[in-house]
Parts: sequence; C-alpha cells; structure tokens
Amino acid sequence: MTVESTAARKPRRSAGSKAGTTGTERTTRTTARKAAEPELVQLLTPEGKRVKNAKNAEYAKYVAGVTPEELRGLYRDMVLTRRFDAEATALQRQGELGLWASLLGQEAAQIGSGRALRDDDYVFPTYREHGVAWCRGVDPTNLLGMFRGVNNGGWDPNGNNFHLYTIVIGSQTLHATGYAMGVAKDGADSAVIAYFGDGASSQGDVAESFTFSAVYNAPVVFFCQNNQWAISEPTEKQTRVPLYQRAQGYGFPGVRVDGNDVLACLAVTRWALERARDGEGPTLVEAYTYRMGAHTTSDDPTKYRADEEREAWEAKDPILRLRRHLEASNHTDEGFFAELEAESEALGRRVREAVRAMPDPDRFAIFENVYADGHALVDEERAQFAAYQASFATESDSGFAAGSGGN
Amino acid sequence: MAETVTSKNLALAKAINESLRRALEADPKVLIMGEDVGKLGGVFRVTDGLQKDFGESRVIDTPLAESGIVGTAIGLALRGYRPVVEIQFDGFVFPAYDQIVTQLAKMHARSLGKVKLPVVVRIPYGGGIGAVEHHSESPEALFAHVSGLKIVSPSNASDAYWMMQQAIQSDDPVIFFEPKRRYWDKGEVNPEAIPGPLHKAQVVREGTDLTLVAYGPMVKLCQEVAAAAAEEGKNLEVLDLRSVSPLDFDAIQASVEKTRRLVVVHEAPVFFGSGAEIAARITERCFYHLEAPVLRVGGYHAPYPPARLEEEYLPGLDRVLDAVDRALAY
Repeated sequence: MTVESTAARKPRRSAGSKAGTTGTERTTRTTARKAAEPELVQLLTPEGKRVKNAKNAEYAKYVAGVTPEELRGLYRDMVLTRRFDAEATALQRQGELGLWASLLGQEAAQIGSGRALRDDDYVFPTYREHGVAWCRGVDPTNLLGMFRGVNNGGWDPNGNNFHLYTIVIGSQTLHATGYAMGVAKDGADSAVIAYFGDGASSQGDVAESFTFSAVYNAPVVFFCQNNQWAISEPTEKQTRVPLYQRAQGYGFPGVRVDGNDVLACLAVTRWALERARDGEGPTLVEAYTYRMGAHTTSDDPTKYRADEEREAWEAKDPILRLRRHLEASNHTDEGFFAELEAESEALGRRVREAVRAMPDPDRFAIFENVYADGHALVDEERAQFAAYQASFATESDSGFAAGSGGN
Repeated sequence: MAETVTSKNLALAKAINESLRRALEADPKVLIMGEDVGKLGGVFRVTDGLQKDFGESRVIDTPLAESGIVGTAIGLALRGYRPVVEIQFDGFVFPAYDQIVTQLAKMHARSLGKVKLPVVVRIPYGGGIGAVEHHSESPEALFAHVSGLKIVSPSNASDAYWMMQQAIQSDDPVIFFEPKRRYWDKGEVNPEAIPGPLHKAQVVREGTDLTLVAYGPMVKLCQEVAAAAAEEGKNLEVLDLRSVSPLDFDAIQASVEKTRRLVVVHEAPVFFGSGAEIAARITERCFYHLEAPVLRVGGYHAPYPPARLEEEYLPGLDRVLDAVDRALAY
C-alpha cells in the first residue's frame, strides 16, 4: 500500500477513533486540520443528540416543527436507499450490472436535501444521487438501466423533475443554472438544485455556473457532497480552502453542513431553497460526508486510503445516528424497525427481479432518437444495417450468401 | 413588421438580424445569448438593435465563458426556451465543445426522445478578413462528426434569413456557421417567400462538364470559378450544399451522374474534412459514372496562417481552376 499520499489523511489519534466514542471523530479530524477545517452545521450528534446552539439556530428553525413521523420517514428513506444501493452492488457482483456507483455513507446528505424539495423544484444530479431520485419518486429500478447497459438514462426527466444522470463531471451545474434562469424568467417561485462533488468543484463548468448564477441571480442551490474522495484523489488535490468558502468570491453565501446529519441537511437545504424562492439567488451548500464504499464497483480504495479513516467515519454513520435519536426520543418501537426490515427486503427482491427481467434493447435502438426531426444519414445507415441483418436470414434460409446491402 | 415588406436588398448580416427579429417577435420563448450581443449588437452587429427592442431578459449579454453560454442555453431549453447563442468567433468555440458534444448533441438520445434541445449555436467562421489568430477558422468537420447535431452554413442573404428561421424552429440543436467574409454581401430577401427544406442542396449554376461543390463562403468563389472557366469554354455546375449535416448526397450524386467529375471546395483543412466524406460517398455511389477521382481544394494541415499569408492558404480562383483542370485532364 502506498502510504505517502494518505498518511496525512489518517486520523491522528486512531486509537480513540473507534465506533462508540463520543463525537471525537469529527474533533479528531478537525484537530488534524485545525487551520483548514471550520465548524459545520450539525443538529444531530453522531450519538443522536440534538445540538442546540446560537450558531445553528438560524438553520435549526427550518426543522423546528419536524414531527416524529417525519423523522421516521427520513429514517425509512435512508434505510431503503441503502438497501437498494446494496442490492445494486450485489447485482453488479453477480454480473447483472456492468457497473454501480454506490452512495453508501451519503444517505443523509441526499435524503436530507431531497426531502427539502417541492414537487415543482427541479433536480440536476450526478450519477450517484440514488437517494435524491428516491425522494423524487423515480422508481429505483429505472436507475439501473444505464448501469446494466440497456439505455443511457431510463426515466422521463420531466416526470419527476429529476434530470438524467450526468456522467461528465460538473456539466449539469450549468444546465441547472440555465434552468434556474428560465424559472426566474417565468416568474415562478420554484427552485433548482444542482448536485456535484468535491472532484467536480475543480471543473471549469462549476466555476462558470457560479459566475452565471451570481450574475443573473438565478434561483439555484449548489449542493456539493464533499465525500472526501474523487476516485483516488483526496479533497486536498482539489482545493486549498474549504469548498463552501468558494461561494464568497462569487458573491453568494456558502455553508458547510454535516453531511451525515440528515436533519442538518434538511434544514440547511430548506434555508437555501427559501433564499432561491425569495429572489436572493444562488447558495452553495457543502455537505461534508464520506464515500464509505469504492468510487464504483470497478474501483479499489485499498490502494489509496487507510482503513482507519473509514472506521472513523463509520462511527458517524447517518442511519445509525438517526436511529439512536429515534430510540432515545421514544419515537419508535420494535414494530417499526421490523416492518422496515421487511419492506427493505421486499425492495431488494423487487429490484433484483426487475433487473434480471430487464431485456436487452432491440438492436435497432442504436438508430432511435439520434435526432428529434430525423436525419438522412441515420435513415440510410439504419436501412443498411437492416439489410445486413436480413442477409443472415437469407443465408440460412436459402443457403446462399446474400450481399451485405451496404457498407 | 418584416412580413409587410415583400422583398429587400439586405447584407447577409442584416438578413440574419432581421430573421432573429422575426423569431423574437413570433415566439416569446426565443432568446438571444452571447458576448456583446446587447448594446453593441455583437462584434459583427448581427444582433444590432435587438436588445433595445426586446429587452435584456431576451437578448442577454453573457459572461465571457463559452461553455457557460452553451451549458446554460441547454438548461434554458430544458425549461422550454429556444436559445440562439452566439459564439463570437470560430476559434473561441472550443471551451464550449464539451457541452456541445457530450450534452447538447446527446441529450435527445440519452433521454430516449423525451428531451428536446432546440438550441441554435451561431458561429461566424472562416477567413479572408485579415484577422488575428483564432478568428478565421473553419471547424465544421469537428461538429459534423458528432451525431445529434445538425450543421448548416448559408452562402447568401436569402438563405441566411430563411435558414435561420428554420434552424430556430428545429427541435434539434443546429450549429449555424455564418460566413463572416460574406456578412457584407447584399442579396434579395423576400420575407414572404416559402423556403425550401433546410437540408437540401441547391444548384446555383447549371453545367455539364464538372461539378463544383461548396457551402458558405466558398459558394461565391465557385461561381466566380465557373464564370472564369466558361470563358475557356468549360461548362461547370455549382452546387451549394447549404447543409453539412445532414449532407445532401442525392443532389451531389445527381449532379455527378450528369457531369462525371467532382471538385469539392472548402476553407477547412482538406485532411479529414467534409470533402473527404463527400469523395468517399460519391465514389461509392457513382463509381461507374466518374471519369476522374474526386478532387478537393481546401486548407492545409497547418495552423491557420497569419493574415498576410491567408490568401496563400485559402482556396482562391486559381487553385480551384487548377483542380478543375486536373480533373478534366483524366
């Protein structure tokens, strides 16, 4: 293992960073990077205790009225999203999917922000926003088509105001900005949210989207999940300053939120969306979280990061912390967890069966939808392809080799 | 309103301006975006007066960021708008190339037809105006290679007017290459005419001995070549392609079956240029009709040269006539 590049990232007091210690992990990390890492907005500690202080009050008011039922809803969303994600990883291992990009560890960032949205808001995701898709009501099985290789995006973006996954890093932040410019032109009070990651923060398109959104005061929330790793490159390879501070240079606010705290993510996103609706323009939210799994199923994190780091973040698990809070607050009973477990398994089963039943597309799909209004060359090549295919039938039927019918 | 005037003599740039004006009047979803397109009216004045009449929310001066211009235009199109964006010069399109190739061109297919992106990207292109580096290039082949895009280039004022109307109405993204050295050439424009299809080539001079194929700025040159050749008793046909993608091979084929010889002329480098594609396809289609190999006249495999050398680099009357002679010599 290469240790040179990762040594600086190891928690300094690894002995004290096992699960169960009292909030020392974040402290550990903060200590290690005292100058660089500021406090983040946190409403639930890793132990599930509500944080109440003056600094958080501005955001806490956005979840002041959250009911036990809503908390259970957030918990359910996170558990089911994780179950779906685990099933997809397994399906990749079984050869049913070509690739999977796991969101493990980022459930709170995605569910918290996703549940802050209204139906008329519009989401521009990366390729890892499975939890946000869940919040938007996109059937999880629809997300899997592109990873199985049967399409490049299998849902109607306008069906749930959830754009197709964008694979080129950062491109969608400009689409979100343009869409938000259109919302403003229409005089609507909808908001737009653009998801991206710490790696994407280096892309020119992200910088340009900050510029455009600021200049036109576009109602867009830039939601950066800083999961610490862009495949093998730590955030230090992307930035010298905490990412949320970049907003300042563009003239709009940025805030760092505990990305493993679903309540804080909900609150901060509601705040940012409200700003957008009120005509106050863009906001950058940096959800400070951790990619617990590999970049994708093709990746091998053991080559570039230490186990201790992951262990430290496990103690801050987003689902575990809300469960602790729910239990300590007597908001749940055993029946709730048992029912959710059954629902989880049913979801896993449904996803598994749906993927296995997913047919390969018709070979002529190659030529479909290349253009909206058609194109002579596509028509010509489709015809040649059809003739070529037909030539095999002729060969087997008659015993004669047919002409290729084209090139 | 433009419709009340039957026919006008307009410079090509003014014809585009009037076409944009008509589109802005006809459809509130049409937007103009680009650098300096507002008060200045664009560096070539193609958008002159439009912001004054339609306001800053419809004729939008953008930050100097081409990827941002095209990327936000995509977002606006997703919201239901029909943006017409200006890239100030051909050589400045490359920061936007990623958005054009990976997003604009592919969104319709990616969405299985559920998302349409009616975006027009206007690019003043080509040389001959004595400009500095990056202001004289012809990158159309770099876009023609990308499925999902349509690529057109008018050669005259009337086509510029009507092709712009049709490009804005298209539900596909259109890269609209404007021959900047012809911006000031005047021609008749009849706003009440019924235009032909956007992607059909047009025979602009009939002939029997050889076919010259061109588009955009080279059409006028090829007409001059044909006139010069006529003085020598050679009867050349000139075909204005108008559209590079799709490309009207049927029209070229019909012409070549008659003339049996073909010379393709464009400013872009010959190597892997549109002339190469035309030569290959026409050889396939017209193998038994051709009396000579398809010849190409275009730019060299070298950076566009400093202005003092551009006349050496660009196809001119003599270079095209030389190719005509070579083709006729077979």
